[in-house]
Amino acid sequence: MPQLLQIHEPGATPQPGESGGPVAVGIDLGTTNSVVAIGEASGARVLRDEDGAALIPSIVAYAADGSAIVGELARRLMLDRPEVVVSSIKRLMGRGDVDLKPVAGTIPYQLAPMAHDAETEGGSRMVRLVVAGRTLSPVEISADILRALRERAEAELKCKVDRAVVTVPAYFDDAARTATRDAARLAGMEVLRLVNEPTAAALAYGLDEGAEGIYAVYDLGGGTFDVSLLNMQKGVFQVLATGGDSALGGDDFDHAVAERFLAERRERFGEEQLSVSDAKLALMTGRIAKECLSTQRFGEWSLQVGERHSLHRLERGQLEALLAPLIERTIGICAQVLDDAGVDPTDVRGTVLVGGSTRVPLVRRRVREMFGREPLADIDPDEVVAVGAALQARALTRGSETLLLDVTPLSLGIETMGGIVEKIIPRNTPTPVAKAQEFTTYQDGQRAMAIHVVQGERELVTQCRSLARFELRDIPPMTAGAARIQVTFAVDADGLLTVSAREQTTGSEQKVAVKPSYGLTEDEMAQMLYDALQHGAEDMRLRVLTESRVEAKRVLTALTSALAADGDLLTDDERRGIEAQIATVETTIEGEDRDAIGAVVEKLEMMSRPFAERRMDRGIRAALSGRELKDFEAAEREGKIASTP
Amino acid sequence: MDGSESREMALMARCVAAPGDDRIAPCWSCHGPVADTTLFCGTCTAVQPPGQADHFARLGLDFGFDLDMDLLDRRYFERQRQLHPDRFATRTARERALSQSQATTINEAYETLKDPLRRADYLLHLGHDGATPEGCHLVNDMELLTEAMELREALAEADTAAEVTALARRAADDIDRCIGELAEAFAGDDFDTAARLTTRLKYLRKLADDCRVRRLQLASR
Repeated sequence: MPQLLQIHEPGATPQPGESGGPVAVGIDLGTTNSVVAIGEASGARVLRDEDGAALIPSIVAYAADGSAIVGELARRLMLDRPEVVVSSIKRLMGRGDVDLKPVAGTIPYQLAPMAHDAETEGGSRMVRLVVAGRTLSPVEISADILRALRERAEAELKCKVDRAVVTVPAYFDDAARTATRDAARLAGMEVLRLVNEPTAAALAYGLDEGAEGIYAVYDLGGGTFDVSLLNMQKGVFQVLATGGDSALGGDDFDHAVAERFLAERRERFGEEQLSVSDAKLALMTGRIAKECLSTQRFGEWSLQVGERHSLHRLERGQLEALLAPLIERTIGICAQVLDDAGVDPTDVRGTVLVGGSTRVPLVRRRVREMFGREPLADIDPDEVVAVGAALQARALTRGSETLLLDVTPLSLGIETMGGIVEKIIPRNTPTPVAKAQEFTTYQDGQRAMAIHVVQGERELVTQCRSLARFELRDIPPMTAGAARIQVTFAVDADGLLTVSAREQTTGSEQKVAVKPSYGLTEDEMAQMLYDALQHGAEDMRLRVLTESRVEAKRVLTALTSALAADGDLLTDDERRGIEAQIATVETTIEGEDRDAIGAVVEKLEMMSRPFAERRMDRGIRAALSGRELKDFEAAEREGKIASTP
Repeated sequence: MDGSESREMALMARCVAAPGDDRIAPCWSCHGPVADTTLFCGTCTAVQPPGQADHFARLGLDFGFDLDMDLLDRRYFERQRQLHPDRFATRTARERALSQSQATTINEAYETLKDPLRRADYLLHLGHDGATPEGCHLVNDMELLTEAMELREALAEADTAAEVTALARRAADDIDRCIGELAEAFAGDDFDTAARLTTRLKYLRKLADDCRVRRLQLASR
């Protein structure tokens, strides 16, 4: 552990055990595999099954009754009943159907028709899948995976798990982040923080190895590629720049191999029409071949489409020729990120490899050539992200000496005249960030205005990714150009965007209606939560109860400190009254009645109001005399200067 | 209310709103008095909203163009350690929102001061009471225009990586020198010169960027 320099500002760091009760876990929700870990006093522990396996395949099979089977069992079902099995769902988070990649012309998912309004402007274009006769959104399928992870953690820890740090690719856009957070909510977990995968890996790695200086994290997973450049300094993990491709990963390697095998079949048998299940199986065969060739020089694999079998031989050299263009794309992105950060490859003290796809020998070779040194992979590349997430979950709930400072991965902009993007928040800006922009009306009495928010680096709206359309409503009627509406775009520490608006001349807050381009609306989400949570009402009640307790404790702490500082401002009677009410609050928060807690806290606040007023009076008086003294001293100083020749 | 009391109220009001001094407002949590720019209430330790302060004061740095970059980083990390939303994840919604706005303000200050060009722009903006100084956006400087055009032509004509690299190196040297001159201009409160140099810095930055793009183009050919 590096020597840590920590300033414990009173009240800023939660006390150990203060939140008590349920535990927060760290979850790496991966394209191919998922991992759950917990933070403990000595570090983080990855949770394993009876066989010692930490990795849960991110594969879900649906039974006829709609129940979900997640993990290894679902993976095995893929061979026999591919039509009821879904894999790589992460690639579809926050996406539309144009983002799907076909295998020899067939998309390996059965899609539900797009909603009506998706064709017209503004409707959500999020994909939905038909699995085992049900129509499911990627959010719901991911929620099933998260629920399985939650159950593993609860079985292991023998207590309720309702809060989590969930990792996302750094290059995930707002829609994909929102979808991930919604999936966790559906699985009954509050997301304490969405942490970028390379940042989580750096946290786990840096703490373990005591790394200081600039490090690059190269994270090539099943479906996504990220590279982040971090400055690690005395417990601070400052992301300098990040880049990636949220649709580039090991899946694409499998895809390349599958396409080659299918092309070989076409030569032999002529054109073939692939079913969705055939496409799924071809991808699986491609994956097996790729994995074998990481250790073997060559091999032979069989593929069945319809009734016909075929054998396919592949050598490592041939595989590398297939993968080289994909791997070169990651190397190009590394160069771009170094350039963005203004960092020379020789300044990088180490490269950390994360993600299962970094086992491919060609990947290691190219990363070594890019950064001019042997990459580090002493922590299991499959588990390091979950370990980082667990460490962060512990930091958030129990306090910590470390701090993650992350950045926005993509520029955020709005559509202007002629479909041109005006950038509002450039990529690699540290979060949280907020930028305000002023708009005006172009018609007399105009009451509403639409703002189209996009994410990406290109100049045209059509080349960027549509995030959402925000509609400002209830603008006070004015002549054209008279209204001055200040719109604030804020990206929080989770990388999520919120938009708020205020009319400047009247000061009226504007209503902002959000229409996500690839997400669920608030109503859909509410309905899903209602449908999906068997114990939804109970969970909700507990959450609200916890919130009211936290608030009550805040009031008690504040008042107790005030009494200690300015208690002399109260008569004995007043003080006794307030102290009696404090005791009432203390006993009420032990109970389960949220409304009762609210009522006694409100009464306490009311009783102590005159006390607060007296404290303000005293404070102002003190400031006033201090100021006069300062003025006096200043005058004296000046006098002294004047009298000294 | 008698005469002395109303006089006292008036004095208080003046004090509370006195510019340049820390204003005093009630803490949102314990309702006791706290100064406007205080981060945490001295009595109940609750996090406070970010008050009015310039970026330098916000990070506890001396006002001026010349900046110790290591100190800037150190102060930035110190502030974020105290105020980042990660420190408030289990707190009340109000505290989480306040920490987010504090952290946002600190990031804004850090990003502005870290970059010499943005720092110069910011100082010019403050120095001229919010008005855009003459010459900041207008190019009425022939010498500057000629220089910019010559460099641009040289870049357009460069067709080997070595030539572009030489130009990029020259631009980098010019940028360093320009930043040095800016520091002098600001130190001497010479805002006109500072405004001119800031414009020049913008041109040089643009040129350096274009060199980078050109080099990538040549490399991919």
